[in-house]
Amino acid sequence: MTLGSVPPKFKVSIDRDQCMDCGRCIENCSYGVYRREGDKILIESRKCTACLRCVAMCPRDAIDITEKPIDYRPHPVWTREAREDIINQARSGKIILSGMGNAKDLPIIYDRLLLDACQVTNPSIDPLREPMELRTYIGKKPSKIKFRKTESGDVELETKLAPNLKLDTPIMIGHMSFGAISLNSQLSMAKAVAETGTFMGTGEGGLHKKLYPYQDHMIVQVASGRFGVNIDYLERGAAIEIKIGQGAKPGIGGHLPGEKVNEEVSKTRMIPFGSDAISPAPHHDIYSIEDLVQLIRSLKEATEWKKPIFVKIAAVHNVASIAAGIARSSADAVVIDGFRGGTGAAPKVFRDNVGIPIEVAIASVDQKLREQGVRNEISIIASGGIRNSADLAKSIALGADSIYIGTAALVALGCRVCGNCYRNLCPWGIATQRPDLVSRLDPEVGAMQVSNLIHGWTLELSELMGAAGINSIESLRGNRDRLRGYMLDEGMLKILDVLPAGA
Amino acid sequence: MKTVGIDAKGMHYTPLNQKIRAAVADGAEEIILDNVLGQRFIGDGLRGNVRIIINGVPGGDLGMFMSGPTCIIHGNAEHAPGNTMDSGMLVIHGSAGDAVAHSMRGGKVFVKNNIGYRGGIHMKQYEVDARPILVIGGTAHSFLGEYMAGGLVLVLGIGKEKAMTDRGIGSGIHGGEIVIRGEVDDYLLGVGAKKFEFTEADLERIAPIIKSFCEQFGYDPAEFLDTNYTRIGPASSRPFASKYVWE
Ligand code: SF4
Ligand code: SF4
Repeated sequence: MTLGSVPPKFKVSIDRDQCMDCGRCIENCSYGVYRREGDKILIESRKCTACLRCVAMCPRDAIDITEKPIDYRPHPVWTREAREDIINQARSGKIILSGMGNAKDLPIIYDRLLLDACQVTNPSIDPLREPMELRTYIGKKPSKIKFRKTESGDVELETKLAPNLKLDTPIMIGHMSFGAISLNSQLSMAKAVAETGTFMGTGEGGLHKKLYPYQDHMIVQVASGRFGVNIDYLERGAAIEIKIGQGAKPGIGGHLPGEKVNEEVSKTRMIPFGSDAISPAPHHDIYSIEDLVQLIRSLKEATEWKKPIFVKIAAVHNVASIAAGIARSSADAVVIDGFRGGTGAAPKVFRDNVGIPIEVAIASVDQKLREQGVRNEISIIASGGIRNSADLAKSIALGADSIYIGTAALVALGCRVCGNCYRNLCPWGIATQRPDLVSRLDPEVGAMQVSNLIHGWTLELSELMGAAGINSIESLRGNRDRLRGYMLDEGMLKILDVLPAGA
Repeated sequence: MKTVGIDAKGMHYTPLNQKIRAAVADGAEEIILDNVLGQRFIGDGLRGNVRIIINGVPGGDLGMFMSGPTCIIHGNAEHAPGNTMDSGMLVIHGSAGDAVAHSMRGGKVFVKNNIGYRGGIHMKQYEVDARPILVIGGTAHSFLGEYMAGGLVLVLGIGKEKAMTDRGIGSGIHGGEIVIRGEVDDYLLGVGAKKFEFTEADLERIAPIIKSFCEQFGYDPAEFLDTNYTRIGPASSRPFASKYVWE
């Protein structure tokens, strides 16, 4: 091998004065960094992924991990990453896969949008004293409603309302499938959404029996592989989501390697034990917008028009026109997944280069739907790199009805965004099916952490709204007047339909 | 046997399906639909053991998500009959459109004549005893059994000099098998598909399916049991495994 090895990414060291030799680092590291030889703990730094499990478990704070202990000669063009990708491909001749979301250092638009608050002329509202209306309905809204008088003189609604999901807070958890993540992770999140009055997605992995008690809070997904999809599954879900695309890898399909398909995953996905689960790039019964209508209606017809149907697309260049088509296709909600969306595995060239930011996608979709007078026909759910309640508030002000979080929920479960989800070794018991690792995550504790996160964001959202003198989420939605752009160029401000700070 | 008749003339698919469901709930064992003309989604998500006789031409996604019933279609069928079907049977006395038996997980689809493109695409098998079966009396267009992950596609080529003349057979196939009567030219095979020897044991295995197909359409099975077949399966059960390398 003329290329030799590349420098290790991390250097792990133990402060031997502090160390009490308890061995927890050896037990906890599933990547095999630590081992005992005689009375000494040896370290193999090259194996470290910086998942920080050992650091979290070390009772003495004795572990130190430094990044890039040996770096290349600095160069603005030939970054470490550029060089190492070439070395990797020179060795393999293959497509490079990577984990988690877009890792490029591109500006984050959320951070260049500022929220408004009241001063003097209109008073802010104290959410402690005044009720804050955060309830959100996801689904079609009638453009007008008709009433009729009954014989007894009561007034009755005559318009037939489409089924909607009722959310107590506009935060939902997006689709992460059983297979990609562990059952304990799904259970933790399911308990959390049931407790906080919101919903989560099943992902394309079917619905495990243990999640049946939470099915009224689950959005079942129908993706191109149709794994786990049968009439029973469709009827159990509170809503059904057709996955067309995903922000982390727009335009391509998915692939769950056979190693991750154990007995339980096989049963839930309804595929043979140990077989690869391949989701083709397109749905092979959808080659046009007319075909999409047909799939939506087939799902509605199968479930007797009782469930809202969502369509999830990746945010790509023509997202606004595509969403306008979806709005006319009898879908009840469109989910837009921005280019920072997370994933267990995606070709790196897609993850880092294909798609557009969620912020501009929300703005242009909302704008287009309003222009065409069909905004009420469909709800907008935004996802892909939403990190905190400020991103949430800004998403809603740009025009979203609600958001999906993904990575944020995993971080609440312990994930440290190490990006090694594909290896089935997640030391936090999240992206793994290995029973000893999965058992590290207690669903009761996990549920508390995730619902704490949802509560925290919800409180912050109420405070932000109160400060802006807004007491209902409806008044924040699409209210771009409460946003100002900071260090954004004119073209971007125009797309976002936001004024620059100071204006 | 309790039989219910429904006149579908001019009826939209939703009330039609509501009537079918109501009849099934009411204990009907046979439902006869007359004047069917393009109504989609007939039997969509329907459960039970009912037998539905469809007189006319049903629209797309016939028997989608269906779990149990048998539909006998006296006419052609449109796009994707048997789409994501779980169990049950469709017997089509005519031809069918594209994506027949798309993603079907169990049950049988028998088509007397021809089918369009992408027949049996992404068909998959879960349990050993519930494998999906698509039998085509005539021929199929391109991409037959594409992405197939399990089950059986059988093409009899009745009345044809060659059972298959379109390309892309089994492209991306990673499970299941495609059995075609007679010889299949190599250039018709898709990427990832490979020919295997068709043995006596294979014939024994598919003989009951051939007999059941012939019984439905009134053919003599003898000529299909004494003939050559080509068996096509995956060159690898992990067609994409060698495409990627980790970061
Ligand atoms: S976990 Fe910390 S204290 Fe325990 S052996 Fe490892 S470095 Fe030492
Ligand atoms: S979920 Fe993935 S990124 Fe997070 S800690 Fe586990 S392996 Fe690392």
